[in-house]
Amino acid sequence: MSTPQPPVEIDDYKYGFAYPERSVFKTQKGLNADVVRAISKHKSEPEWMLEFRLKALETFFKRAMPNWGADLSDLNFDEMYYYAKPTPKQERTWDDVPDDIKSTFERLGIPEAERKFLAGVGAQYDSEMVYHNMRGDLEKKGVIFSDPESAVREHPEIVKEYFGTVIPYNDNKFAALNSAVWSGGSFVYVPAGVHVDIPLQAYFRINSQSFGQFERTLIIAEEGSFVHYVEGCTAPIYTTDSLHSAVVEIIAKPGARVRYSTVQNWSSDVYNLVTKRAVAYENATVEWVDGNIGSKRTMKYPSVYLMGEGAHGEVLSIAFAGSGQEQDTGGKVVHVADNTTSVITSKSISKGGGTASYRGLIRVEEGLSNIKSRVVCDALLLDEESKTNTYPYIEIDSDDVSMEHEARVSKISEEQLFYLMSRGMSETEASMMIVNGFLDPLVKQLPMEYAVELNRLIELEMEGSVG
Amino acid sequence: MVLEIKNLKAKIEDKLILNGIDLRLNTGEIHALMGPNGSGKSTLANILMGHPSYEVTGGEILLDGENLLEMATDQRSKLGLFLAFQYPVEIPGVTVGKFLKRATELRTADGKMDVSKYIKDLRESMDFMEIDQQFINRYLNEGFSGGEKKRMEILQMMVLKPSFAVLDETDSGLDIDALKIVSKGVNKLRGDGFGALIITHYQRILDHIKPDFVHIMYKGRIVTSGGKELVETLEERGYDWVRTKYGIEEDENEHATATS
Repeated sequence: MSTPQPPVEIDDYKYGFAYPERSVFKTQKGLNADVVRAISKHKSEPEWMLEFRLKALETFFKRAMPNWGADLSDLNFDEMYYYAKPTPKQERTWDDVPDDIKSTFERLGIPEAERKFLAGVGAQYDSEMVYHNMRGDLEKKGVIFSDPESAVREHPEIVKEYFGTVIPYNDNKFAALNSAVWSGGSFVYVPAGVHVDIPLQAYFRINSQSFGQFERTLIIAEEGSFVHYVEGCTAPIYTTDSLHSAVVEIIAKPGARVRYSTVQNWSSDVYNLVTKRAVAYENATVEWVDGNIGSKRTMKYPSVYLMGEGAHGEVLSIAFAGSGQEQDTGGKVVHVADNTTSVITSKSISKGGGTASYRGLIRVEEGLSNIKSRVVCDALLLDEESKTNTYPYIEIDSDDVSMEHEARVSKISEEQLFYLMSRGMSETEASMMIVNGFLDPLVKQLPMEYAVELNRLIELEMEGSVG
Repeated sequence: MVLEIKNLKAKIEDKLILNGIDLRLNTGEIHALMGPNGSGKSTLANILMGHPSYEVTGGEILLDGENLLEMATDQRSKLGLFLAFQYPVEIPGVTVGKFLKRATELRTADGKMDVSKYIKDLRESMDFMEIDQQFINRYLNEGFSGGEKKRMEILQMMVLKPSFAVLDETDSGLDIDALKIVSKGVNKLRGDGFGALIITHYQRILDHIKPDFVHIMYKGRIVTSGGKELVETLEERGYDWVRTKYGIEEDENEHATATS
């Protein structure tokens, strides 16, 4: 057997396949105002959106790279393609989607999941949503689930009211980048009192090489409504890097509840630099469930601004950092009103020299009363080379605040492995059992299908990597 | 079945701990291994199970003629060896029920276990060991008292039904009631298909589990073996008797080894 073993990451990553590039339109390599104009023109956008994009582009060029967080020194903006349109138009049935794209999503299990447990699905391939569909009964109730381009055309009044209000185009360098070249993503509108009882899902797939994907998602949950939105993402493995930089804005009106779950499984050459933020009004609840398994570098801190009394914000962050990976993740909650509560729970696993960092902020504005917040960070190290960091920022400007913070770092110990092996488990199974046990309290809070998916992904990451 | 230990020598971080152990256990027999602190009893238990921190420098461990030293810990377990730990570790997030089910499944011939029978057996064994059924859903050893951990070890032994069990100071730190329950568990398994090596510092567990053979270990060797009467001698004379009788001889041996 003279064939050398491929590196574990590649061997284990089951979604690294690619089909030949098939774009019907693609912008030139690199980024400038012409590229932005070309994207906007191709989408036949109104003038106000083009202006928004160009303003954002200027900000992007002006802003310095962040001097904190994951190491982005190898990220080269000039080597990327910023827009690639895979098909002439979006379809509503899988049969109308071109075969190679359809096969891609079948291999990712999307149509099957749609039949089994989803209320609606959007599937993005490179820059555009190639498929979009939702259950008819939800449409009748007034729920809108589409790509944002359609929303700009069909519901400009809603888009204009909310787009870029939670995350302004000049919020940070990567939000500016997204605002300039955004394409695809989701627009979700849930009317007052409507409960979307099973999840809506968007799936993001990069197929092209040296590619930047910049989806833009806007979710508006009117008073007393409920929606669970789920996203997944994967990409082929190339020798060059790709970039994924999304912006997700959520508006939860009084009494609404929005849950946003991510299982991020980008290939090991993707920079994943995402801004996600929600505002929650009186008695509204926003929950981010953020699983980061893949990517080369991730910087992502889903945030909730608690704007109204009785609002509740929650972030569950799960990160797995393997060889060559840096997961710089966490969450932010800003308390702006009385009687608001928040919980941030972070669990990270580092192996094979990977680095997982928790970075979080709890801020309580001045003069508030009865604020409760709890932050728990647990890190598990699987070996000596791997690293974990914790950066918990707490800024409290009120007196009537109950704030708890716990952080723990543990290692898989030789004694734990020996104990489980003495009962018949192989070393790999024993490690797996310890990792699953570490995640168990958190995974239990996920809907079953996602808990299963997350466990499966972590199992793939663990396979053959221990011992 | 027969478990044979032949001239076993081992060290940890260059310190010689086992200095040529010979021991032969048949199923159907209960052996007691006694000795003062630091004589190497727990080291022997860990080496039998394959603990990675110890280096075996010589000798053999054979289970029905098969060389255990070439096998990983999990293989030894599947062949029928069991270690009841002196200090069972906590495994957060893994429930007793899930853990024991998997361990049972791993030793079911075709991997197809009878789950309802397993649950019934588990519940019966828990009742027998006076462990509350709630423990099925608790995380393994997490937050258990010392006594609960030891009872959990014996419960695992009852469920997994090994051919040979090594009990590493299971009696230490137990009050008399817990000691009785633990002993009851071992006695329940006692029979033609089960052999045990009970490692202890004290005599009292042997009042509840009557050994067929007693071995006394000192400075990494078994210095004398006999029947139950040896426990009584030890009771009367204490370990000083062992030190006086075998200490000098041992020191001479050590000296001889060092200069040879």
